[in-house]
Amino acid sequence: MYELVIIGAGPAGMTAAVYSARKRIATLLLSKDLGGQVLWTTGIENYMGYQFIEGFELMQKFEEQVKQFPVEQRIGEGIASLSRLDGGFEVRTDSDQSYQAKAVIIATGKRPRQLNVPGEERLKAKGVTYCAVCDGPLFAAEKVAVIGGGNSALEAADDMLKIAEHVYLVSLTPLTGDQILIDKLKDASNLTTFLEHEVMEIEGSSRVEGITIRDLKSSEVTKVVVGGVFVEIGLIPNSDFAKGIAKLNKLGEIEVNCSCETGIAGLFAAGDVTDVPEKQIVVAAGEGAKAALQAHRYLRRL
Amino acid sequence: MAAKEVKIYSTPTCPYCKMAKSFLAANNIPYQDLNVAEDKAARQEMVSKSGQMAVPVIDINGEFVIGFDQAQLKEKLGL
Repeated sequence: MYELVIIGAGPAGMTAAVYSARKRIATLLLSKDLGGQVLWTTGIENYMGYQFIEGFELMQKFEEQVKQFPVEQRIGEGIASLSRLDGGFEVRTDSDQSYQAKAVIIATGKRPRQLNVPGEERLKAKGVTYCAVCDGPLFAAEKVAVIGGGNSALEAADDMLKIAEHVYLVSLTPLTGDQILIDKLKDASNLTTFLEHEVMEIEGSSRVEGITIRDLKSSEVTKVVVGGVFVEIGLIPNSDFAKGIAKLNKLGEIEVNCSCETGIAGLFAAGDVTDVPEKQIVVAAGEGAKAALQAHRYLRRL
Repeated sequence: MAAKEVKIYSTPTCPYCKMAKSFLAANNIPYQDLNVAEDKAARQEMVSKSGQMAVPVIDINGEFVIGFDQAQLKEKLGL
């Protein structure tokens, strides 16, 4: 049995790993990937110590720092379940590996929200994408739809205007992103915006061929021919496996107090998966440190 | 055993492509990197051979691994 299992290796999880190793806690870092959401961030200008750094590079630096300490790592596996057992917890992974620990820190972050409309699942990686920055160039000179009205949707639309033949921006609400981004788009000749429209279906057999959208006010249905659909409608917490054990708020975030405690003895949570306000790298890293120090205090008392 | 021929279809901005390339490098696997953001022919080749419109796509002796799937890469590369 480990003393501590940290689930998730983004800024919160990796910082927690460094802090726990420095307290000589026998720690296992268990995660789907190293870096989490930061990997998808291109440029970072607000993580102190770096005036500018790419997300991928910053996470490599975190990883190198974790490696300076004796932290056991199991990377590449998703978490299936978390349950309580006598004297601690059991974590099961997707491939049914079981790990036991006296204390657990959940730092699993968030993932892109899906539309949950017909055709989406079937056409994933066949024109439906959640990473505009990755797959955008594949749609050169095609017509594409960007779904969403926040900053990530506006950034994706702005990027795609330079690459694609035409961009259709479809938002459930009026645009909610920063004014500076809205202004950037307003004179584009190859942009058509559908505000207060919902996506009803993504069509296509082996590849995306179009979308069906509906005007929320008039209920008018429109079909739009596109070869790509970029879904940028926000994030949801990776807390499904913790549902039965920790308390979640209505957004699915794990509720914690200011010491990263979940209310279950020995179970802590940190970073974007929690209800702590402000989803920022520097905040998540700080929360990871707090969670590890609190876990140390807890383990010492056992 | 003859070395496996490994090709990675990638874009310069995709983090999973970078991770896949560092994974191959760390395991001393030589690979050909095809930047599908610039190289149209490679883009078409990727789509027609693998049916995928998402990167990375990794071609190992004609078998495809979609995304940075470490378990599959290890299996197909015999690591």
